[in-house]
Amino acid sequence: MLKRTSLYTAHQKLGGKLIEFGGWEMPVQYTSITDEHLAVRNAAGIFDISHMGEVTVSGAGAEAFLNFVLTNDIRKLASGEGQYTLMCNERGGVIDDLYAYRPSVGVYFLIINASRIEADVAWLQAQAAKFSGELKLTDASHHYGAVAVQGPRVKEFINLVIPGSSSSVFKVNAVTDLKKNQIAGFNFENHSLFVSRTGYTGEDGFEILGSEESIQHLWDKMISVGQPFGLKPAGLGARDTLRTEVCYPLYGHELDENTTPIEAGLGFFVALDKGEFNGRAVLAEQKANGVTKKLVAFKMTDKSAPPRPHYAIWSNGVPVGEVVSGTQSPSLGIGIGIGYVPAEFAKADTKIEIEIRGNRCAAVVVKKPIFQKA
Amino acid sequence: MSNVPSDLKYAKSHEWLRVSGDTATVGITDHAQAELTDIVFVELPAVGRKVKAGEACAVVESVKTASDIYSPVSGEIIAVNSATVDSPALVNTAPDTDGWFYKIKLSNAAEVAALLSPENYKKQIGG
Repeated sequence: MLKRTSLYTAHQKLGGKLIEFGGWEMPVQYTSITDEHLAVRNAAGIFDISHMGEVTVSGAGAEAFLNFVLTNDIRKLASGEGQYTLMCNERGGVIDDLYAYRPSVGVYFLIINASRIEADVAWLQAQAAKFSGELKLTDASHHYGAVAVQGPRVKEFINLVIPGSSSSVFKVNAVTDLKKNQIAGFNFENHSLFVSRTGYTGEDGFEILGSEESIQHLWDKMISVGQPFGLKPAGLGARDTLRTEVCYPLYGHELDENTTPIEAGLGFFVALDKGEFNGRAVLAEQKANGVTKKLVAFKMTDKSAPPRPHYAIWSNGVPVGEVVSGTQSPSLGIGIGIGYVPAEFAKADTKIEIEIRGNRCAAVVVKKPIFQKA
Repeated sequence: MSNVPSDLKYAKSHEWLRVSGDTATVGITDHAQAELTDIVFVELPAVGRKVKAGEACAVVESVKTASDIYSPVSGEIIAVNSATVDSPALVNTAPDTDGWFYKIKLSNAAEVAALLSPENYKKQIGG
């Protein structure tokens, strides 16, 4: 039996095509992936992200604990701020990539991938058992629904949907006063919502968490208020094409337990100088001496079928690597992808070939992100 | 509701056949293109290739998936529609007409009778 979010009926009403994702029944598209993708790039789109997980961490030892299990430096967070970070095993392999927020002093909120909720919670609990400080760790995933509203026009209407100033310790006068990565609490129809200025599309936007009931009301109000601004409901298909264009990783593709953040090009989010943390020794060695496999972005240079995950990457007549994400880019009208190759093929402008159904098709390594607005 | 023209025969795998003497034209149905949505790439067989009924001989790719096209009948490919290769979206906008894939010289005309009538295809897609 697949799990359903509280917005399941809303998806059915909007004609969503439902598929299985990470044990959930979710909409892959409502009208077309291309339409929904372009709506996000040019106006606005709204995504159901209720399947994602939430973990709250508090107690006097919370900061030290999180700085040991996560790669980024959590001490950098002011109240009302969040950071992208990764959770690694002792080999530096990625257990999950996530966002860590500090809504107020001593309280942390982790937003984790839907497909990794069980693995992450088990890992955190095992780590907590070995930790000697005061710690309270709660898997709050079933308490929260969530939506993401993304696109250049979102700032024109979101204050109309969630009016007023924040109700949290961290104060802003309006939702649109949140700066990138900031998070605050807002009242919405007698409910409390968390709103952060974050997203997974490369566009300006917000992610909003609340109780299942409040998210249902929020979705309906957002759809009706946002519609004259061009807001469209968008599914997992568009979510994938949008994040691939800007080279954001998707766990299970760019990241897994046998891949390190350094190999994935995410060294910026690994704070080697903060002290000891899980995987530090391996990551320090890789940062110092280099890696054998490296994540690259590429574009097809001739008209071809789209590259897809697991297709082989060739160079000089030899297979050298593998595609982890690939699609036809709705914004660029050409095949694009991300894959792992040996470090010597990782420079921008390196010519490669992607094997697509037995044919080797010309492509070129490009700098990330593949798509950038002018 | 999907368009199901009455002058065509249909395969269970959602290809249609328009017969004209001893040759026929092949494409995919309105129902199929609506399921795939945005078609971004079409790969057609080479002219001169001989195919058997049920053999995979073309590919359409949407943003999310690649789908094989199975020849409804046996014969020799005598023409392909390069318009769909240049503009894959044609298959979405005109699947029963301008979005045709290839023309085939039938080697076994009896196979046509084994295909679905418009009424039976409509039943299959729940129309």
